[in-house]
Amino acid sequence: MKPGHGEVLLAEGDPLMREDEERLVEEFRRQLDEGMWAAVPTTEPGSGRREAQMVKQYGEIPPGAERVIFFPRASGG
Amino acid sequence: MILALLVLALVGLALAGPLLAPVISRKRAERAAKRGSGDLPELAFYDPGRERRAELRARELLRSCVNDEEWGMYRDLGFIRVAGRHARRDADRGQAAVYAYLVYPHKPIVAYLPGTGRLLSEYCVEFPDMSGATGSRLPASDDVLAKWMALTSDEDRVISRANMHLVGRQLDPARVRRDLWRLAEWERRRPRRGELSSGTQ
Repeated sequence: MKPGHGEVLLAEGDPLMREDEERLVEEFRRQLDEGMWAAVPTTEPGSGRREAQMVKQYGEIPPGAERVIFFPRASGG
Repeated sequence: MILALLVLALVGLALAGPLLAPVISRKRAERAAKRGSGDLPELAFYDPGRERRAELRARELLRSCVNDEEWGMYRDLGFIRVAGRHARRDADRGQAAVYAYLVYPHKPIVAYLPGTGRLLSEYCVEFPDMSGATGSRLPASDDVLAKWMALTSDEDRVISRANMHLVGRQLDPARVRRDLWRLAEWERRRPRRGELSSGTQ
């Protein structure tokens, strides 16, 4: 999510492919270095409950996650 | 004959446009550089549809992340309710949420007690442009989604970063109470799916 623009596709690829994964890791780190927060929307299998999971490292992304959403850090308004 | 020549000239101009555009812009840049820094900067091209398109994309993104009830709530009422995660006692976990939040776009998050409707506090939080640019903000639905993601993933972190005030600093308490009444009416008209609980928000 980018202020003034909304949703912007940063990178996409198959994390099982080495080249793609390197690109995804690089973009992930770049976003976090810029101060963004990263979250993965999840659905609990049993209850269907929707929530987000904050991830601070690429390795924390749940397997099978379709997307990671980066958004600006919250601050007091 | 004249008409044919005019058409030919127009076609020629249209074809030469892409070739001439870089030359013209380079000349303009050179002229601007010669004039020095005292000139006003060129105004960026304003696209009046950009914000609308951004909001439409943001709505779709929000819809794809939250559940049907939350999406319907936002679509119909303009805000989303998020259940608070903390319970008074461990034994209360999994029961109906003790408190909840109303998440408005570009307005403070309001904490309240679902049982009594009592308003607790408002949390002023924003998601500023990390590039340092001023004046731009997230589309309304992205702002709601950012708050939703922050609250459902790490409630304590976002609440600790927010500025807390009593309800009334930015939001009209009467309006919030009216929104709670609208929410209750909205839920009454919907097929009942169970109590608000931290597990089925």
